[in-house]
Amino acid sequence: MTQAVFWALIGMALVVLGLYALIVHAHLLRKVLALNIMSSGVFLVFIGLARRTPDADAPMAADPVPQAMVLTGIVVAVAATGLALALIVRLRALTGRTTLGDDMGD
Amino acid sequence: MSAQRATPRHGGGGVQAPAGAARPVPADTALPRAARVLLALVLLAVFGGLALAVLALAQPAPGLAAAVAGRIDDSGVSHPVTAVLLNFRGYDTLLELVVLVLALVGTWSVGRARGCAGNAPGPLLRQLPRLLAPLMVLVAGYLLWAGAHAPGGAFQAGSLLGGVGILLCLSGQPLPGWAQALVLRLAVVLGVAVFAALGAAAALLPGGAPLDWPPAQAKTLILTIELAAMLSIGVVLAALFAGGRP
Amino acid sequence: MAGLSLLDWALDGVLALLLLWLAWRTLSTPALFRAVVLFIAFGLVLALVWARLYAVDVALAEMAIGAGVTGALLLAALARLEPPIGRGRAADDGEGDGT
Repeated sequence: MTQAVFWALIGMALVVLGLYALIVHAHLLRKVLALNIMSSGVFLVFIGLARRTPDADAPMAADPVPQAMVLTGIVVAVAATGLALALIVRLRALTGRTTLGDDMGD
Repeated sequence: MSAQRATPRHGGGGVQAPAGAARPVPADTALPRAARVLLALVLLAVFGGLALAVLALAQPAPGLAAAVAGRIDDSGVSHPVTAVLLNFRGYDTLLELVVLVLALVGTWSVGRARGCAGNAPGPLLRQLPRLLAPLMVLVAGYLLWAGAHAPGGAFQAGSLLGGVGILLCLSGQPLPGWAQALVLRLAVVLGVAVFAALGAAAALLPGGAPLDWPPAQAKTLILTIELAAMLSIGVVLAALFAGGRP
Repeated sequence: MAGLSLLDWALDGVLALLLLWLAWRTLSTPALFRAVVLFIAFGLVLALVWARLYAVDVALAEMAIGAGVTGALLLAALARLEPPIGRGRAADDGEGDGT
């Protein structure tokens, strides 16, 4: 196993872990955390596989295209997180709830 | 229970809304135990499939590193990641700036901000930004300039500027009056506007195409766009922290 | 890839275990405040991983955004979601009639 494959596998473990928490937990803030961990896992797969260059022993050898895509992805993730948190705060202010679903109401 | 529904209409922070805690706290896990075990097994199978897919990939894969290295001299910058972001895959970066603006529009349409002036900082938080903010702005400027030939660039510099904005907000500094309305909104769209305008202008050159920088002017164009993008990213991140229409 | 020494693998292994443990604790710890703090720590460790994988640009961005701005956003939202520790919660623990 190479370093690239190793970190790609860790990234997939993070995706699966985040997906489990996303489905299981009801609190919306926890779902946002789970989504962020999922996206970190996807980034890890990208950056890990970017290291599969033939001259991987050379210093700083990595494919710059996935790195640039992850860089945009990080900024998009923080923007989405900000919007999601604003929606959650608004939901709490309007209904007093921090979960979705209609089984909690009256 | 139904009486509780009507109470938290007083908007704003909602920190004082008592409705959430009055009823029994909803269980953090909405699923019964058997369903969770089943879900875990399904996801383990998913992980196994993904792992097999990765292990089946070609091992030394050439990727696009050689293609980028081959054209790096035409890109105007010598750092490959910056070249990819602002030259070879400019559409990605342009649309990503659009996403930032859209996220802020969404946040602003949800409600009004508390405003930063309401924060009551302690003595440390009152003094710290005086020391840190100028330093962080300096580092942001350095990162922007260094991005042409070393790791750094508009995203890193812009997020540092966003950090400056968050720090100033936490220390209770209100926005100056002139920056409240039009100037703030102009700063938010500055990155997209400059990027799109220059990209469209590049199409008007003889033999040009949208977002296709002529190699001779590429460095100037890229730095101009990065400067505008850095300002927009910083302002948008700080505005997302403030959390609503000013 | 024969270039990885035993020390490299040890570093990678420790970082990976730390990353997975922090992610698990973030998603399973009962207190939301603790979960957010663990998530910030997760972001910092992830920045180290990016540096290990020669993605220095991504490491810089993760430091500033993943650990900094996202953490600040989460903490600010948490402060507006949870009832305050002092008077508000005491009133809630009563009959919940304090409109």
